[in-house]
Amino acid sequence: MTSIANQIPIAEGLFTWPSNDPRLLGSKCNNCGVVTFPAQAGCPACCGEDTANIEMERRGTLWTWTIQGFLPNRPPYDGPETAETFKPFAVGYIELPNQVRVQSRIKCDDLDQLKIGMEMDLVVEKYVERDGKDIIAYFFEPAGQR
Amino acid sequence: MDVAIVGIGMHPFGRTDGVSGLDQGVYAARQALSDSKLDWNDLQFAYGGSSAAGNADSMVSKLGLTGLQFINVSNGCATGGSALQSAYMAIQSGMFDLGMAVGFDKHPRGAFTVDPEASGLGKWYGDIGMALTPQFFGMKIQRYMHEYGISEDTLTRVAVKNYKNGAMNPNAWRKNAFTYDEVAQSPMVCDPLRKYMFCSPAEGGCAMILCRADQAHKYTSNPVFLKAVAVKTRTFGSFEVFSQSQALDRAGAPSEQASKAAFEMAGIGPEDIDVAQLQDTESGAEIMHMSENGFCADGDQEKWLQEGHTEIDGKLPVNTDGGCLANGEPVGASGLRQVYEIALQLRGGAGKRQVPNKPKVGYTHVYGAPGLSGVTIMTT
Ligand SMILES: [Zn+2]
Repeated sequence: MTSIANQIPIAEGLFTWPSNDPRLLGSKCNNCGVVTFPAQAGCPACCGEDTANIEMERRGTLWTWTIQGFLPNRPPYDGPETAETFKPFAVGYIELPNQVRVQSRIKCDDLDQLKIGMEMDLVVEKYVERDGKDIIAYFFEPAGQR
Repeated sequence: MDVAIVGIGMHPFGRTDGVSGLDQGVYAARQALSDSKLDWNDLQFAYGGSSAAGNADSMVSKLGLTGLQFINVSNGCATGGSALQSAYMAIQSGMFDLGMAVGFDKHPRGAFTVDPEASGLGKWYGDIGMALTPQFFGMKIQRYMHEYGISEDTLTRVAVKNYKNGAMNPNAWRKNAFTYDEVAQSPMVCDPLRKYMFCSPAEGGCAMILCRADQAHKYTSNPVFLKAVAVKTRTFGSFEVFSQSQALDRAGAPSEQASKAAFEMAGIGPEDIDVAQLQDTESGAEIMHMSENGFCADGDQEKWLQEGHTEIDGKLPVNTDGGCLANGEPVGASGLRQVYEIALQLRGGAGKRQVPNKPKVGYTHVYGAPGLSGVTIMTT
């Protein structure tokens, strides 16, 4: 088990960290109620500037998905794979009830089971190792996968 | 003040080793000038753009330092369409009588590389592998197929049609008509989209000479008139490329907004269009753009493709020059290529791929990151 001190979130303000029950961080408009992710100061719906940060739901449903079939260009990609070790990975939008649809990488043991409408849970864990430290990112995975 | 297109020019699309993007633009500009029997020093202004091949205004050192107003346009995949719209407004305003819209590009091989921070996104977004346009195209059509019962067969038919049209276009990049099985069995890139359902970055140049409609016959016997030009960006709730999140309530796509605005401006409806060019970055895009532009209801594409309505001899021929699929996408030139093809079709000069029965009204639609659309409506 890596110590918390050795774990660095992939970006500040994206999710609560460190935490035993990490959540994505979004913002909600105090004028129109629209939720955005990541948190932002201006509201894209009503153009208002009065938003408050909120913690997002951790369970949602898969709204759409695809499978990234080739190794993305570096930069901007900075994942751990090489051309030899690359395996296609899933990406999708997860609809969080009454909040927003969040784009996320999806951890799925069997890509053939991906289906629109299936329940998905947030996981926050190691993405890649850099300079001896674990870079922590958010993912969704099929509910009950582990 | 109506605006006419009196000259069109193109440098073939694809890969031209040893010729810079800028020189492909210069070539297209000279073609357009010769098409309208004009000289570069007759022009009062130009709007031009490229996304990866340098500043368009440096063309003046090759075409001639005449002192004309030349403004560079940079608007992503809608760069060409935006140059055209700027030229249109320059003439419509009464400020100028005669000028050029030009676009060119030369992209490196392979998928487009995106800088997330330049698009207002966090660096993490690219780091984690989500800053890829093919993913968006896969996810948008995946949802659309789920909602409206579109099959993989229809995705394949779109690609087969466009390659077939491209094979009849001397300026196209891919002149081999892939078979149905070659498309349907090509490797999966971003589920449900396969390799031969995607267009690739490419090279090419395209130019138009525009003038006041009442002077068009001075330069050509077959002018084409721009009845509408509209560019719109995304509104809240539309599902667009590079969205870290999207609203629960869907709103109309920018293509819907641009299409509505253009039809209103032209005072006609989708049923009046004889031939159309719709952005086909991949097969799914052409399918969704058929309905976003008002040509059919969501889900009807299945029947339309099966019955051949978008073939050259169908009721609404779409992407008669092979579209992005057969021509590739040199970003700065791509939107102007669509206008070039419609002008050619309305002039009756499209050769083997000419739409029968003298088409009179044509339509172009370009779409690009991060969610903008440009539409034109043209008549004879
Ligand atoms: Zn608001």
